[in-house]
Amino acid sequence: MLPTPSTSHVNYDRIYEPAEDSYLLLDTLVLSTETAFLKDRFPPATPSPLVLEVGTGSGVVLAFVTANAETIFGRADIATIGTDVNPFACEATAETVRVAVTEQAKVGKASGRFCDCVTGDLSTALKHGSVDVLIFNPPYVPTEALPEMPTHSEALGSASRDNFERDSRLLALSYAGGADGMETTDRLLGQLPDVLSKRGVAYVLLCKQNRPQDVLERIREWLGGWHADIVGTSGKKAGWERLCILRIWRP
Amino acid sequence: MKLLTINFLTCARKTCKSTPASFPLHPKEAELEQVETEMNPLFLRNILPRLDWEAMRMLTTELGLPNLPAETPAPEELVVATTTDLDAGNGDDRASGPSQMARDLHVLLMETSIASGKLVCGNCGHEYAVKEGIANFLLPSHMV
Repeated sequence: MLPTPSTSHVNYDRIYEPAEDSYLLLDTLVLSTETAFLKDRFPPATPSPLVLEVGTGSGVVLAFVTANAETIFGRADIATIGTDVNPFACEATAETVRVAVTEQAKVGKASGRFCDCVTGDLSTALKHGSVDVLIFNPPYVPTEALPEMPTHSEALGSASRDNFERDSRLLALSYAGGADGMETTDRLLGQLPDVLSKRGVAYVLLCKQNRPQDVLERIREWLGGWHADIVGTSGKKAGWERLCILRIWRP
Repeated sequence: MKLLTINFLTCARKTCKSTPASFPLHPKEAELEQVETEMNPLFLRNILPRLDWEAMRMLTTELGLPNLPAETPAPEELVVATTTDLDAGNGDDRASGPSQMARDLHVLLMETSIASGKLVCGNCGHEYAVKEGIANFLLPSHMV
């Protein structure tokens, strides 16, 4: 059992608190099936893979991947980068990664290399074809409408730190997914063929209401013959899996 | 933000993505800072093929930093023999360490950061602000 990165410094009034979904991502990435898949896809001595987490929140997932690169990829020479629409989440992520990497160093273990967490919408700031592994725990809860994105100037101002309305909206953005809980996820899926490299793979979390089977079938119809499978699931509730992790990859 | 990060970013506007001028972004009024971090020679060797060398050269020139060599350094340029007394050791691995080139690249890519300033798209001219080391790629709604 690998330690979960500490997020004790994170302010949960405006940043999503790690929950069952975050932990399912961690657990899935260290399944022997996934580590074998990733080691095979990114063998040592090939160029360093770039891992992007979209919507890092507290940074718990990106910190875990960075600190446990050796276990997950069989190599510590990976680069990691994050994006979030919430500038406070970007700050928190950098600190969560820093703490996790320091903890690893204390027990003599090498970590991957964290680049930065930038404020941005999904993967729009990334260069096309640059991302090898993309991880996304989306806002997946079906809601009537999507919350408004933070305004450009709002993201700039760390001056007004206390702002209840803004904070509630930032929190809502971390879970509210609009129709079928899929509005944001669908936009991200649409970006995958552009942003993923030739050896690219994505891990995307879905909930039951997102209709994972339909999503799988849609992806398998993409041009170029993409693969998609469910590779991790949470405990059963009333006979069905509430949460699952999709692995999506180029042939 | 680290200079390495800039190797992976472009203008966030859809209309700019397909034009070569949207990469690399150009630093403007950049305040640099140095954040020390331990060097990892293996990472350095395997990240080099991921770099757009021309872009990194342009970036260092625009920031007024020492010029990079014309071509991406070869892996053997990153190591140098550290023990001159070859009789001292019987293993081969311990006889090499990072070269000056490797140290310089580590400082440039992993330790040199933009603390504040702007990153400008060469295509549309939009300026992305960097504050407290964090770049903001959210676009004003009329530009999305």
